Amino acid sequence: MTSMTYAAADTWVMAKRNLMVWARVPAYLVFTIVQPMIFTLLFRYVFGGAIPVDLPGGYVSFLLPGIIGQTAAFASMATAISLAVEVQKGVVDRLRAMPMARSAFLAGRLLADLARMTITIFVIVGIGYVVGFRFNNGFGPAVGMIALAIGLGFSVCLVSAAIGLWLKNEESTQAFGLIWLFPLTFVSSAFVPVQSMPGWLQAFANNQPITHVVNALRSLALGTPMGDNLWLSFVWLVGIVVVFVPVAVRTYQRVS
Amino acid sequence: MGEAAVVVEGLVKSFGDVHALRGIDLVVPPGTVVGVLGPNGAGKTTAVRILTTLLRPTRGRAEVLGHDVVRDPGAVRNVIGLAGQATALVDELTGRENLEMLGRLYHVSKAEAREKAAELLERFDLVDAADRQAKTYSGGMQRRLDLAGSLVGGPQVLFLDEPTTGLDPRSRLGMWAVIRQLVSEGTTLLLTTQYLEESDELCDEIVVIDQGLIIAAGTSDELKDRVGGDVVEFDVATAAEVGAAVEAVRGIGDGAPAVDGTRIGIRVGNRGSQLLLDVVRRLDTTGIDVSGLAVRRPSLDDVFLALTGHAAEESVNQ
Repeated sequence: MTSMTYAAADTWVMAKRNLMVWARVPAYLVFTIVQPMIFTLLFRYVFGGAIPVDLPGGYVSFLLPGIIGQTAAFASMATAISLAVEVQKGVVDRLRAMPMARSAFLAGRLLADLARMTITIFVIVGIGYVVGFRFNNGFGPAVGMIALAIGLGFSVCLVSAAIGLWLKNEESTQAFGLIWLFPLTFVSSAFVPVQSMPGWLQAFANNQPITHVVNALRSLALGTPMGDNLWLSFVWLVGIVVVFVPVAVRTYQRVS
Repeated sequence: MGEAAVVVEGLVKSFGDVHALRGIDLVVPPGTVVGVLGPNGAGKTTAVRILTTLLRPTRGRAEVLGHDVVRDPGAVRNVIGLAGQATALVDELTGRENLEMLGRLYHVSKAEAREKAAELLERFDLVDAADRQAKTYSGGMQRRLDLAGSLVGGPQVLFLDEPTTGLDPRSRLGMWAVIRQLVSEGTTLLLTTQYLEESDELCDEIVVIDQGLIIAAGTSDELKDRVGGDVVEFDVATAAEVGAAVEAVRGIGDGAPAVDGTRIGIRVGNRGSQLLLDVVRRLDTTGIDVSGLAVRRPSLDDVFLALTGHAAEESVNQ
């Protein structure tokens, strides 16, 4: 086998290991499946009635793409925390003293988290269909929407991975994650129309990646006008990936 | 003898102003057990981390089975095993799954990994717990499983970094038994410990390290000889009798008897039994009542105290 196939095989083993852990810890299942369901129901039936939107299908059509974007971003918390914990516990050291491909630790984590995130997205779409959401734009754009959501999740995972490997501590990683993920996801078009915010907040909300991506998700799902959102989403996501792949990899290499 | 399993020359590691290793030389012949003994912060773990390719030395050279740890870390990782304070285990996987996963990461086939895992579980007395999640294991079982994990790749040189730190006495004895078995099968072993008794029990050769420097090396007996060998000790009932007792045993052993309260100690080198008889005869004629008469072998605590001027535990607390 070449070193590339070793790296792929090792990444697969690590990803499988991470998914097995995920499936066996009830709290993780709650975070990735029950929590998004609760959010969906909460916004659909509790807050949603108070949020006027101008969309065919009403607030549930507005909400679902938003929840998917927010959840994809929040899923990266688990990435950061598990990386931090494994560095803290010394697992990384032990694995690095073995002949496995070095990249497999980080790549296996990201692969597992992508799988986990995809499951979450399908859960939300499922619950969305129960509470009245419908894809109105055909099959292709629907697939495109899910792919874009996964792309968002992946790029946020990279940022989180770098943070987790940098902080190397479970509690601080968790605290830090909330500090940047809450404003990023809530001060966006995910749950409310940006126009309802005060002007100074709109300035932020209108120019940050979650808003562009969520708007693009909405247009893909519902067939509403796309505007600049799709290409701006691509620019943001590709930009984040280009910057944070080397940052995460370097942080990982320097972990001691 | 063949080539040495581990060769370390002039190894220096500094973290900024902190000098963890200040020039270490070490040779581990194949098939032997070398213990690196020292208090916390002496540099033991740093040395192991360099030898297992986890850290680059600031200066100096280290080779494992002829492979340079800096120039050819991949070759080193293929022939070593590492277990220690940090664990590679995943709590939510069963003992068997943990070992099979590690086997896969050593690039053996699924069938081989399965076979090896079963063999190791058997050998480390974990068969009954094999299909339980590792988080349900006791501390001793987790260490055994972790040690088993370090053997999955069939290492020729094994590094154990404080393998029994934090274990209760019974689990420690269990680990010792497992380690002895490995050694009897010819595994070359370098282990670090802060327990003097542990190196005494397990190691062919002991390297005493303090503040990044090797301050002594040799077999357990050689190190003990350096503090003057055995001591015949006894107590007298009252302080008033000390003078007479010292007078009675004068001339026996090396130098003047040492007095500590009502306890009198006579250094006897390796002639303990013979000189004990002399002491008994002399004391018998004087009619002084003595208690606690015995030949005491120096412990490695005595060695550490003699070599460093402080007790091992003292510097642990610093």
